[in-house]
Amino acid sequence: MIIVFALFLLTLLVITAVAIVRAENLFVAVMLMSLFSLLMASNFFILDAADVALTEAAIGAGVTTVIFLGALALTAEREQSTNSARWPTVGVVSVTVLILLYATFDKPRLGDPLAPVHQHVAPWYLQNTPDLIDIPNVVTAVLASFRGYDTLGEVFVIFAACIGVLFLLDVRPSGDSTKRPANSQGVGHHLIPRVVGRLLVPFIILFGLYVQFHGEYGPGGGFQAGAIVATGLILHALLQGEQVALASIPRAAMTGMVIGGTLLFGLVGVAAIALGGNFLDYSVFHSNPVTGQQIGILAIEVGVGVSVCGALLSIFHAFAARELK
Amino acid sequence: MELLGYYNYWVFAVLLMIGLYAVISRGNLIKKLLGLSIFQSAVFLMYITMNKVEGGTAPIIRDGVAEQYFSNPLPQVLILTAIVVGVSTTALGLAIVVRIKEAYGSIEEHEVFKADQDS
Repeated sequence: MIIVFALFLLTLLVITAVAIVRAENLFVAVMLMSLFSLLMASNFFILDAADVALTEAAIGAGVTTVIFLGALALTAEREQSTNSARWPTVGVVSVTVLILLYATFDKPRLGDPLAPVHQHVAPWYLQNTPDLIDIPNVVTAVLASFRGYDTLGEVFVIFAACIGVLFLLDVRPSGDSTKRPANSQGVGHHLIPRVVGRLLVPFIILFGLYVQFHGEYGPGGGFQAGAIVATGLILHALLQGEQVALASIPRAAMTGMVIGGTLLFGLVGVAAIALGGNFLDYSVFHSNPVTGQQIGILAIEVGVGVSVCGALLSIFHAFAARELK
Repeated sequence: MELLGYYNYWVFAVLLMIGLYAVISRGNLIKKLLGLSIFQSAVFLMYITMNKVEGGTAPIIRDGVAEQYFSNPLPQVLILTAIVVGVSTTALGLAIVVRIKEAYGSIEEHEVFKADQDS
């Protein structure tokens, strides 16, 4: 039964993707992109990737859509129908698709337990997580401890991208709050968004905090929590308008969150060296290495959560508060 | 039934090329970024497809349950972080598009090229 559902969802994905490319109204295309992300999240969930599904639903369907809409408001809503070199492109793309389809027959079948990907380090992670770290969620264990270097690098990329957006859109940390776009009062004067939004915002933020601190036991962790809290605060900003939102959380605070979260992650690694271990080796934080690992994971998850939340908020406000030129 | 095991990979290949088509043939810069997002999602789908193990479940260990089979946690970790990085890089692209619009008054590729040649 589940396979029929999976086939249905995958087919819908392809249809949505075609509709995105064909839509000439960019607003329609962006909304379809949100739908596409939600479908993708459902697919991830069927494929046993609960953590990834949560991330894709919060970021792909939520934050990305809002950022795209913010960019649309500053550019143009309609696409001019100019297809440069349409038929050569169709040719190249169809030939490549055929080659790729031919290549898939060399891949292991879906769910094959003997596939090479399941023979390398993954069984080691699954087997040793209970002994070395003793938290139920193996994804969090791999993310925060076994592959902590990787995650640190990713957080630095998010940091760099956020700083890049702030530079490109010329956002000053202090920001003169006198200049605001004309449409900055939000949608709070509409009855339905106001009532529904006011009800939802606290619960979204509460759920984000739950995901943050329950990330060791269930699907979740810093990345998802940061994104969910950011979604709640973005909803608040959309309802109340830019001025109120920036007054409640100033720009300097958001930039501070990005910098502070990233620094916290790095400093946890340095603290491990100071205590005589290796970089990002949390075992030295406590006389019992397993407890040490758990302390380290909690600390860096907080760093990741704060950093991601601050980065997404800064990016959103960089687009939302820019004046149309 | 045997062939259905490849369906995820076929969808991956088709989505990848739909995204590439949008990037190459569409002149609108935001449309190109949407195409790039589809391309990126297709790669995510391929990784997550590889993580599935028949009869397995999400890799969250439950105490006192014998005979548990888990899907592979490693591709999930890679893609989880990649999604968050994806949104930040997309935002960077959009910021550049906004600046292009302000400098050239258009986000259509051919108009931007024309303005460059005229000057």
